[in-house]
Amino acid sequence: MIISVASGKGGTGKTTIAVNLALSLGSVQFLDCDVEEPNAQIFLKARITGDKKAFVLVPKVDEDKCIYCGQCREVCAYNAIAVLPGSGGAKGKILVFPYLCHGCGACSLFCPQGAIKEVHKEIGLIEVGDKDEIQFVHGRLNIGETMSPPLIRQVKEYINPTRTVIIDAPPGTSCPVITAVKGSDFCILVTEPTPFGLNDLILAVEVLKKIEIPFGVIINRADIGDHGVELYCQENNIPILMRIPFDREIAKLYSNGTPLIVKKPEYIAQFKDMFNLITKGLSA
Amino acid sequence: MKICITSEGKTLDSKVDPRFGRCQYFIFFDMDAGSFEVQENTSAQFQGGAGIQSGQFVVSKGVQAVLTGNVGPNAHQVLSAAGISIMTGVSGTVKDVIAAYKKGELKAASGPSVGSHFGMPSKNK
Repeated sequence: MIISVASGKGGTGKTTIAVNLALSLGSVQFLDCDVEEPNAQIFLKARITGDKKAFVLVPKVDEDKCIYCGQCREVCAYNAIAVLPGSGGAKGKILVFPYLCHGCGACSLFCPQGAIKEVHKEIGLIEVGDKDEIQFVHGRLNIGETMSPPLIRQVKEYINPTRTVIIDAPPGTSCPVITAVKGSDFCILVTEPTPFGLNDLILAVEVLKKIEIPFGVIINRADIGDHGVELYCQENNIPILMRIPFDREIAKLYSNGTPLIVKKPEYIAQFKDMFNLITKGLSA
Repeated sequence: MKICITSEGKTLDSKVDPRFGRCQYFIFFDMDAGSFEVQENTSAQFQGGAGIQSGQFVVSKGVQAVLTGNVGPNAHQVLSAAGISIMTGVSGTVKDVIAAYKKGELKAASGPSVGSHFGMPSKNK
């Protein structure tokens, strides 16, 4: 079973939930798919046992063969290639914008001259390791790279089907989030009881409905803010899986990189209960 | 020779659009004939690569100069590859900036004036 932890709004406590859920359950696999800022390792402190560079394919044009016909530009859905035809005897020009490229390979496939080759471009690193019984994998996107979904997909290739898998997803509601949560059996949405939290929760709920993943909500810092999130969940029959109070001690542990359950073991039972609730709900 | 001005409207009395890649209209002004042609910018709504597409379109029109408010890095790369001079920081009506260009009052920019996605609606409105 794959459980992903996501949130529309950033900074609501995704990593706190994902890490502590994993530690409470024990023998799970943990994937940090928030490859732009993978911070679960700060808390898990897994022993890294291996790594692998992650690549995407980008076009490389052989200008000796190119006739500047523009076919590659026509088929590129992301405007990653510009072709300037030559005029008055002058040679044309072709420009590739690798940061816009999604690596689909259409340009190379459709080039009538065979002038476009796909070459590897390094975008990040995948590290694997373990923390006691937990299997750990995370991806780290190189600084300056804009395209995280290919790396997220490559991290997810490590999914161990024999284990319960916990995925720490990036925040938001765009491609990286969808790439991370796709294929999950259940998604935990972490939010906070503020107008911002509610606004972004609604967006995240719409995404999950569209991609048909069952979900529930955890309200973090539940005793501050307003009642908007509670009311919204009630009106829309969204299960509230857990409420975590605003607690200075939790914030302090977080800032020291200490997992919540290490100093507050009473939460272990809560996380286990929530997990049982989710599995029971899914089999019902 | 022909020049291109990014415009918020379809006439020479319209204001210059401060964005290149996501401008509303391109006005192609023929300096010799004093006539002009208006084209709606079909790339304005692209999620990404608007500057690249707009740049190629403007290049295909055979212009020598682009007069606009700002040009991003990708569009700048396309326009300069085609040897087009780019005048940024231009504002006012299209008519006025053409007059300023004729008098040689505008200077070509050597690099992009803004970063990527400057012209995205969510960034500036």
